[in-house]
Amino acid sequence: MPLVRRKKPAETEKNSGSESESNINQHVKPEKEREEETIDKKNARVKENIRKKKRAWSCVDSCYWLIGFVCTVWWVVVLLYNAMPSSLPQYVTEKITGPMPDPPGLKLKKEGLIAKHPVVFVPGIVTGGLELWEGHQCAEGLFRKRLWGGTFGELYKRPLCWVEHISLDNETGLDPPGIRIRPVTGLVAADYFAPGYFVWAVLIANLAHIGYEEKNMYMAAYDWRISFQNTEVRDQTLSRIKSNIESMVATSGEKAIIIPHSMGVLYFLHFMKWVEEPAPMGGGGGPDWCSKHIKAVMNIGGPFLGVPKAVSGLFSAEAKDIAVARAIAPGFLDSDLFRFQTLQHVMKMSRSWDSTMSMIPKGGDTIWGDLDWSPEEGYVTSKRRQRDNDTQSERHSTTGNPGSQTKSVKYGRIISFGKDMAEAPSSEIERIDFLDAIKGNNVVNNTCHDVWTEYHDMGIEGIRAVAEHKVYTAGSTLDLLNFVAPKMMARGSAHFSYGIADNLDDPKYKHYKYWSNPLETRLPNAPNMEIYSMYGVGLPTERSYVYKLSPTAECNIPFQIDTSADGEEEDGCLNDGVYHVDGDETVPVLSAGFMCAKGWRGKTRFNPSGSRTYVREYDHSPPANLLEGRGTQSGAHVDIMGNFALIEDVIRVAAGATGEDLGGDRVYSDIFKWSEKINLQL
Amino acid sequence: MSFLRRRKATKAEENNSEDPQLDTASKNDDVVDNKKQKLIQKHESEESSRRRRSSSRRWTCVDSCCWFIGCICSIWWFLLFMYNAMPASFPQYVTEAITGPLPDPPGVKLRKEGLTAQHPVVFVPGIVTGGLELWEGHQCAEGLFRRRLWGGTFGELYRRPLCWVEHMSLDNETGLDSPGIRVRPVSGLVAADYFAPGYFVWAVLIANLARIGYEEKTMYMAAYDWRLSFQNTEVRDQSLSRIKSNVELMVATNGGKKVVVIPHSMGVIYFLHFMKWVEAPAPMGGGGGSNWCAKHIKAVMNIGAPFLGVPKAVSGLFSIEAKDVAVARAFAPGVLDKDVFGLQTLQHMMRMTRTWDSTMSMIPKGGDTIWGGLDWSPEGYFNCSAKKLKNNDTNTADHNGKGGLGSTKRVNYGRIISFGKDVAEIHSSKIEMVDFRGAFKGSNLINATKCDVWTEYHEMGIEGVKAIADYKVYTAGSILDLLHYVAPKMMARGDAHFSYGIADNLDDPKYQHYKYWSNPLETKLPNAPDMEIYSMYGVGVPTERAYVYKLTPPSECYIPFQIDTSAEGGSEDSCLKGIHTYIREYNHAPPANLLEGRGTQSGAHVDIMGNFALIEDIIRVAAGATGEDLGGDRVYSDIFKWSENINLQL
Repeated sequence: MPLVRRKKPAETEKNSGSESESNINQHVKPEKEREEETIDKKNARVKENIRKKKRAWSCVDSCYWLIGFVCTVWWVVVLLYNAMPSSLPQYVTEKITGPMPDPPGLKLKKEGLIAKHPVVFVPGIVTGGLELWEGHQCAEGLFRKRLWGGTFGELYKRPLCWVEHISLDNETGLDPPGIRIRPVTGLVAADYFAPGYFVWAVLIANLAHIGYEEKNMYMAAYDWRISFQNTEVRDQTLSRIKSNIESMVATSGEKAIIIPHSMGVLYFLHFMKWVEEPAPMGGGGGPDWCSKHIKAVMNIGGPFLGVPKAVSGLFSAEAKDIAVARAIAPGFLDSDLFRFQTLQHVMKMSRSWDSTMSMIPKGGDTIWGDLDWSPEEGYVTSKRRQRDNDTQSERHSTTGNPGSQTKSVKYGRIISFGKDMAEAPSSEIERIDFLDAIKGNNVVNNTCHDVWTEYHDMGIEGIRAVAEHKVYTAGSTLDLLNFVAPKMMARGSAHFSYGIADNLDDPKYKHYKYWSNPLETRLPNAPNMEIYSMYGVGLPTERSYVYKLSPTAECNIPFQIDTSADGEEEDGCLNDGVYHVDGDETVPVLSAGFMCAKGWRGKTRFNPSGSRTYVREYDHSPPANLLEGRGTQSGAHVDIMGNFALIEDVIRVAAGATGEDLGGDRVYSDIFKWSEKINLQL
Repeated sequence: MSFLRRRKATKAEENNSEDPQLDTASKNDDVVDNKKQKLIQKHESEESSRRRRSSSRRWTCVDSCCWFIGCICSIWWFLLFMYNAMPASFPQYVTEAITGPLPDPPGVKLRKEGLTAQHPVVFVPGIVTGGLELWEGHQCAEGLFRRRLWGGTFGELYRRPLCWVEHMSLDNETGLDSPGIRVRPVSGLVAADYFAPGYFVWAVLIANLARIGYEEKTMYMAAYDWRLSFQNTEVRDQSLSRIKSNVELMVATNGGKKVVVIPHSMGVIYFLHFMKWVEAPAPMGGGGGSNWCAKHIKAVMNIGAPFLGVPKAVSGLFSIEAKDVAVARAFAPGVLDKDVFGLQTLQHMMRMTRTWDSTMSMIPKGGDTIWGGLDWSPEGYFNCSAKKLKNNDTNTADHNGKGGLGSTKRVNYGRIISFGKDVAEIHSSKIEMVDFRGAFKGSNLINATKCDVWTEYHEMGIEGVKAIADYKVYTAGSILDLLHYVAPKMMARGDAHFSYGIADNLDDPKYQHYKYWSNPLETKLPNAPDMEIYSMYGVGVPTERAYVYKLTPPSECYIPFQIDTSAEGGSEDSCLKGIHTYIREYNHAPPANLLEGRGTQSGAHVDIMGNFALIEDIIRVAAGATGEDLGGDRVYSDIFKWSENINLQL
């Protein structure tokens, strides 16, 4: 188009030139010629008029033209896409990569498997949808629309309103007055987290191949923001799960298979205790409810003993992906765009959610290691990392030379201030007790605070005291959190507990706050029930952090991960201020596997009836090409739900197989070795 | 831009005018040659420029197209942007500016009165309003896993109609799924809140209940596959068990407060079936014990209940021409009525709906006793025009004219189907009825080769078709015979699941069978003295009651009967007598203007779900009120009078 334009002016000049010459000759010409000329002139003038009209093509016009052109092309493409037989993409993929394997559902259907046991899904944190039932003025028109999950459209349109509605009351951990946000129910609650980002959808589709449908699949959707017992108090969610399992078991005549994912694992631990407890606090199902109704619990990526990410998330809202919201819009949330103080808002919001506290590391120093010791000691990342074909892999394979084994990383120090502190031998660290530090000596004036985080109550003195303590292990992080966020932890300690029980017969363990901690409860009395722990390995997973004090701007969160602390030759595990171990990107192997590998293996005090346990690990291998999407062999925390091997295992069990039929344990990591190192009385 | 250009051109001309003076001063012979050459050059250059111009003119055709589209798109986007940027309360503001302040929606109003959620609520959707989704299908339905086939946008109906019909149909023998196909009801409140985008069914009621504190834990949508017979929903999906377990759960978690059940349309009969099922002992029933209903149900608030069936069902089965039993037709009248694309749409629809057992649940029950004989009907002297005046459609004038006569000359509503309008009106003694049952079937003259659509009419042959037309008039009782005759296979399935008679002796052990459970004339209500039953329905809308048929021209693959569109009749929603209940009628008032959408005072079968008065009644009951608190009966029509006319032993 611009080419055409440019030519035109030149053309007109030329024409006008030739006309001028005809004018020259006017006097000399014979009459006839003159007449001809006038005719020509007239013609030329008419043409010029036309040209002038054409010249009326202006900038706006060409804009329209461009838009129209783009639209038309787009429509044609869409039309072609719609007219395309739906098998074409698959065909192309097969051309490129060779024949695809059948999805596990089809494959097993050909083997003759059919639906047998009803299946219950327990979604994890953040994956379940939440919708609005009652809101303030600013949320008008959003009745029964999803605020969490789906497209997150409202997050962008009215962010402050969104944060206000998604947050809970800071005192009670329940709804703020005038707001009712409720979990979406049914399979749609967590099949897709966002359009195109599957969570349960692949598993559901594969189960449907062998005959499952809505009457024998149930999504135990719950409000993942509130503490487990509160879901019962507010929504009667636990009762609903109980009643639905009972009804499915009654109509099908078979026991149910439970498939919890991520935090759902802890939620279901809580449920199993709740359902057998007598009525006022529990569900009153009687002591053999679980053995009568549950065939197997197939935990996927279960953070049985918590995840270190939860600490950094609560401490400074900086965990890499526990707040998936940040992963969705990293640019938007990380930078202080529009002066919204986004990170502070996110922090305030996520601190009002009791459930995040369920994932604080449990078992203290015994499990997670102390200043000088940790079970994963001597772990070499590079060995596994080589399969990763991203840019980091090269560096890691070079840094991961055997030399690193000589100097072991002290994973036990979950939070350390400064890299030197993370590495120094314990004797060199001078720790100043922060608990006595005077709080509230707030020099900074509070003018900027439409966002309230508890850091402002702490004052500079407190902040300095925290930093001077230098190193925190799993046990002392609790003290740390109690210090920096007393209100939150006050709520948390009413609902969760992080210790190890010395004597499980102590009547205090009847209280519901111990039910989601596998180290402080017994498994139900169900000798025939099987417990699987299925998780991905082969991905670097956050284990401990190097922090620094952030520059004292007014409204900032005073701590942040020291991203400059990169690993040198010796310790390849340190990257951007975070020490990594093996795991599924969110849950370290230790947390996901320990209970099934050791804590519950055989008859122990945590597993008095000797329910069988199986550890099934799935080694991560990234998708071979873009067409595969999120991969069929992924080991990542959420993507593992599309892992064909895992789906096959689930389907086999649902169709009646036992853990022995699957081949028992399947292990790639050093989980058994590490478990041995943990000195826990069983 | 264009101004600049024009100015340049004039400048060039000025220059030209200066030049000739210089040139004329030196008059040479060479000049002539030059002139000629230049002339030639001029011509050439003009030609070339013409060529260029013509090429650019070709450009403009496509250009202007693009321009046009671009223009439209940008305006559209601009409007969209404006719309999104508009505060959400703006349309309401405009409405209020035009029509005066809107009344508060009932939920807000009653919340101000201090009402809060008390009793859990169960919705039982009716026929066609519940969504159905695909769980397993044939090759042609690839990629539709867990997509809605019924409800939503009906996108697949247009893209692959034959595939759609294949998947929506049930097996003609068993009334269950065809092999390899699993279409299942959507569950949860989304199942029937909106039937199609913007066409609410339960959504308004749900929204208003939410205002006084209801949420998903206290509301339950008893979604079931409305294509199946009622007992088969239990056999295949355990729907009845699920309803039972959910009702029990809600009663338990709400501190023992009994539920309020709100069935709509066919859901009313479904819930009648449920109430019998749940108390019947285990193999056939739910084994809930004889006082399950008394313990769990506070009130059943039937909306638009076809307790005794609807005449529409007959015409639907007979020739699928009922006005909206097949709502799908209302959606796409152009596509479905005409035979576009040679797809024989109507025949496909007929075959499909005949595989749905549930349609047979709404065949008029009680025979001639209820619906009237050849010369008698309970609505005897109902004057069409009196109520129709409110209707401002084109029919009114016509009816007014007839209505003058109508009051003197009674309409024989009892004749549900008559062939020819004269037959519908003449006295019974003059009608010669030729018994069709003996007629010889199967002498099919037309060869059936061209019809890939199979309807049972082809087996009947011309003889049979003629015999039916010769019988002239059918009443509610003889209609059953008619249907048996034209669709024996369908009715064979129907007979196993439904019954249409009146019980003489309810203690007869045969009435233990589930096929009687959905017929209020053949079952007892559960033993629940505290339970209240409401019958809430709209009045004032002309409703199909009897049909005048004609034979269609005998072309090859057609359905041989067609409603004669030149004649019409009307009556109320069907109603009942014999169940001790509250009757709440809602008079129809069409929406005052377009902004009101489907109206807040509508009495139409589905639109009544948005009727403010009805919603208010429901909320009051859900918040603890009894029927007496509502003011007992509220009646606009002659229902009590007509009920007296019916001679039924009670």
